[in-house]
Amino acid sequence: MTTSAGQIPMVSYLVLDGDGAPHLLAQRCTSCRATFFDRRNACASCGAVEFETVPLQNSGLLRSYTIVHRAAPHVPAPYVSAVVELDGGGVIKANLVGLDPDSKAIHLGGRVHLTTFVAGTDDDGTEAVAFGYAQDQQDS
Amino acid sequence: MSNQPTWIIGAAMTPFGRHKDRDLIDLGAGAALDALADADMAIQDIGVFAVGNAYESNAMVAQRIQKQIGQTGIETYNVFNACATGATAVRLAHLAIQAGEADVALVVGVEKMGKMGMLGAAGKARSDRRVFTPSGRFGAVMGTEGILGTGLMPGVFAQAGMDYAREHDVTFRQFAKVAEKNHFNSSLNPLAQYRTVYDLDAIMNAEMIAYPNSVLMCCPTGDGAAALVLVSDEKRRSLSAAVRRRSVKISASVLTTDPYTPSGHAQPDINTLTRRAADKAYELAGVGPAELDLVELHDCFATAELVHYDNLRLCEPGGAGAFIDSGAPRRDGRIPVNVSGGLISKGHPIGATGVAGLYEVATHLRGEAGDRQVDGARVGLAHVIGLGSACGVHVLEKAAA
Repeated sequence: MTTSAGQIPMVSYLVLDGDGAPHLLAQRCTSCRATFFDRRNACASCGAVEFETVPLQNSGLLRSYTIVHRAAPHVPAPYVSAVVELDGGGVIKANLVGLDPDSKAIHLGGRVHLTTFVAGTDDDGTEAVAFGYAQDQQDS
Repeated sequence: MSNQPTWIIGAAMTPFGRHKDRDLIDLGAGAALDALADADMAIQDIGVFAVGNAYESNAMVAQRIQKQIGQTGIETYNVFNACATGATAVRLAHLAIQAGEADVALVVGVEKMGKMGMLGAAGKARSDRRVFTPSGRFGAVMGTEGILGTGLMPGVFAQAGMDYAREHDVTFRQFAKVAEKNHFNSSLNPLAQYRTVYDLDAIMNAEMIAYPNSVLMCCPTGDGAAALVLVSDEKRRSLSAAVRRRSVKISASVLTTDPYTPSGHAQPDINTLTRRAADKAYELAGVGPAELDLVELHDCFATAELVHYDNLRLCEPGGAGAFIDSGAPRRDGRIPVNVSGGLISKGHPIGATGVAGLYEVATHLRGEAGDRQVDGARVGLAHVIGLGSACGVHVLEKAAA
C-alpha cells in the first residue's frame, strides 16, 4: 500500500506506483459500464453485481467549479473545487490547482489534466498524496 | 387509492428566525394548535399525525409534541428526508388519507437550529497519534473536504449553478438577481427571518462564501415551525361552508429520489429528480407551468433557484438567465417565484421548510397573504429538495367558489 518513497494515496482509487503516471482507478459495471470510485455492493445504474477494475484517463473537461472562500475548519481558503468529466468516461470532483482562485483565471468548459500533490504527513513521516486537476495551456 | 383529492383546511406557521425563548416543542406545538384552530378542528378529530424534523429526528419529536397538545394514541410518524423533510411529512399524511386509513391528518414541520454556521463544517476530534490508514468506502487516509473538492452545501449548489452556467452562459449578475428579488419579497413578509432590501451591488460585493454565492445569496440557519390540517374529500363535504370556502385542494403530491446519472456520485444531480417530480405533478394536476400563479421553490442558494426555473419548466429550456432578466419571477411578473422571500430571506429551519412552502401557497390561494398577496392566485406549486437526494413537489388549487 505504501510506496517506497514513504507515500500513500489519499484515496484508494488513486494509483501512484506501478507502471506509468499516477492515474485513477474505477469500478466499472460489466453489464452497463457505469463507473464508480467507491467499494460497491451492486450497480446503482442497473443492479448488477459484477465489476471490473479499469484505469481512467488523466485528461478531461472542466464541467463545473466553485471558488470556496468560507471553508471547513483547517482547510486553507480560498481554493477552487471542480467537477471534471474525464475523457473516456467517469466524472470526478477534486480541486483545480496551479492557478489564482479567481473566476477570470478559470476556463469553464476548458481542458484539464490530472496532477498530484502532497496533502499531509502523518506521525510516521508518510505523505498522503492527493490528486487535483490543472488547466491545459490555452492555445493563443 | 382514492380518486378524490386531499384538502388543506388548516394552515399556520410561526415567524422564522431566532426563537430564544421557545424550544423545539413550543414551536411545533404552537404551529399545530394554530393550524387546528384555523381548521376549526380539535386534537380528538385527528386520525394520523406526521412530524418532520431534522436535528432531533432520533428523539420522538412527534410524541413530545403530543404530550403538550393531546395524547390521543393515534398512528404517528417521525419523518426525516433532509431538506425535503417537511414535504415528505405532508406526503405521508396525504398517503394515509388517500389509502382511507384516516379522514383527518395533522402535519407539523419544525426545527430549532440556532446559529449553527455552515452545515457539515464542524471539525472532527483527532486522535493523538496520526498514522495514515485507508478507511471507508473510498479508502481515504484523511478527510477529503477541501482537498478533493468541496461537498459542503454552498459549494455543492454553487457547482450545480456553474454546471448550468457552462451550458447556458449564465452570469454572476444573473445569479445575484435571484437574491435581490427574494430579499425584496421578504420585506413584505412579517414571518420572514430577514426583511432587508439589498441592491445588486450590495449582493455581488458581499462576503463571498462559495463563488458565485455571496453570503446574501445563501439561506441562513434558523428556528421555526409550520403546520397543516388535511382532510379527505368525503370529510370535507361534512364540514361547514366557512371551512370549505377556505379549503385548498392538493392537486398533486409527488416525491422522487435521485435516479442514477453518470455524474451523480461526484456532484449531486439536483436536476433530474426535480424534473421528474415536476413533470409528474403537472400530469397529475392537469395543469402546466404556464397556469401557475405562484411558485415557492427551494432557493437554499441563489444558484439553486436559477436552475430550478428550468427544472420546473418555468422558462424555456436553457433560458433561466433570460427568465430572471425578464422579471418574470418577480412578484409582479408572469410567474412570481418565492414571494415569501424564499429560503434565502424568509429562512430555512430545515424540518419546517417543506410545510412552510405549502403554507405560503395555500395562504395566497385563500387570499389571506396581506401585503405580499399575489392577486387572484388560483393555482400554485411548492417545491423542495433535500440533498442526498429527495424532491417534493405539491400543486395546490383554490377551492371552486
